[in-house]
Amino acid sequence: MASLTVTDEHVGATPAKTIQPVWVRVMHWTNAVAMILMILSGWQIYNASPLFGFSFPRGYTLGGWLGGGLLWHFAAMWLLMINGLAYLITGFATGRFAKKLLPITPSGVLHDVRAALTFKLSHDDLSVYNYVQRALYAGIIVVGVLIVLSGLSMWKPVQLHWLVTLFGDYPTARYVHFFCMAAICAFIVIHVLLALLVPKSLRAMIIGR
Amino acid sequence: MAKRSFLIPGVDKRLLIKDSLKTMPDVTRRRFIAGGASLGALTLLTGCDVVDSSSAEALLAKVSKFNDAVQDFIFNPDALAPTFPESAITKPFPFNAYYDLDDAPDVDGDAWKLEVRGLVDDKKSWTLPELYKLPQSTQITRHICVEGWSAIGSWTGTPLRDFLKLIGADTRAKYVWFQCADKDGYNSPLDMRTALHPQTQMTFRYANEILPRAYGFPMKIRVPTKLGFKNPKYVVSMEVTNDYKGGYWEDQGYNSFSGS
Repeated sequence: MASLTVTDEHVGATPAKTIQPVWVRVMHWTNAVAMILMILSGWQIYNASPLFGFSFPRGYTLGGWLGGGLLWHFAAMWLLMINGLAYLITGFATGRFAKKLLPITPSGVLHDVRAALTFKLSHDDLSVYNYVQRALYAGIIVVGVLIVLSGLSMWKPVQLHWLVTLFGDYPTARYVHFFCMAAICAFIVIHVLLALLVPKSLRAMIIGR
Repeated sequence: MAKRSFLIPGVDKRLLIKDSLKTMPDVTRRRFIAGGASLGALTLLTGCDVVDSSSAEALLAKVSKFNDAVQDFIFNPDALAPTFPESAITKPFPFNAYYDLDDAPDVDGDAWKLEVRGLVDDKKSWTLPELYKLPQSTQITRHICVEGWSAIGSWTGTPLRDFLKLIGADTRAKYVWFQCADKDGYNSPLDMRTALHPQTQMTFRYANEILPRAYGFPMKIRVPTKLGFKNPKYVVSMEVTNDYKGGYWEDQGYNSFSGS
């Protein structure tokens, strides 16, 4: 027992560098769950009155029917909004956004996209985001804010009519909401693909190191 | 630890589907079965530590109740729904119901009477000519359906709050509950604060014509601060009450407040 304790202390004395702090990890996975619930229930709602000439396959919708989809959507929205708001506040307050996501220069993004496509992008230091990551992460935060604002204006078009005005009118807010969803889905595909290509980044988002 | 299915820990998929089918409305249930039960959706349904569909449903119902309270809290009785010029009116204005237009109620306007019940001083029934004599106003507002589509229409009629005053309704009561002539008995509760909103209207005319059968002849309740399903058509009675009496869609799971 004694030797075990000593070993523990020894390990504790030289901790590995934390890449993702615990608040980032908790909020990341909370957001992942909320987003999936919102997207699948959103597809159910979309199917009730499609904006375009297609519907989402039933097997990829949540709730069983429109009423069920709405119940899920308006329940998961609290998870998404509260977690998202906490993330924005903490991200700005701790200086994480400024430190990790800035600067974003067009030449830097172009350079790193080219490097990524030829598999020459370095991942030696996961604590520093490359320009592809910076652009994607900053971009998806903006999309996240937009999808919540357009969603709120569809939920309360009378009480929050000033918000609807921001998008033009109610039908336009619907289209904005849809295209934000499409952007988030595209992000998820790329994000998951890249995380699987660099598995240690996925590990860092789970155990921190 | 016993070996478990990763997707639905400790839950039999077939039983799960059976359980959830029981709680679905009839029509949907038939459609659900016809379309093939969606395992993907059910897996997610049980994903976040909710072990069976009935407890998921109970949780969602609780959140919906919470959302009723939130909406009641943020409802501003003075906030008006945006109004539009005549040029913005959607033509043709869509007919929408859970039945075809051919099956819509065909009400005989001469025989029809609006029945008034509950916490009111004057419970007399009203004929159509009597109602037509009340002061009327017109609104051009956006009708927003729970399905997501919307359309702008022109409605003319008497503000409900004027009528409630006229019949001596107890406006401290919680609800005005409407019953309709639709098959299967459509009904819907309206919270009193919304009933007293200046734009909530007993509608007798659409686009300056007598309300056509498609839009609810002889009378609909136009509530531009609510989703479309809380704008009952073919109304036959109203009851001022403190009891929550449920509604056709509300009972099936649509959020009861459904304010916009």
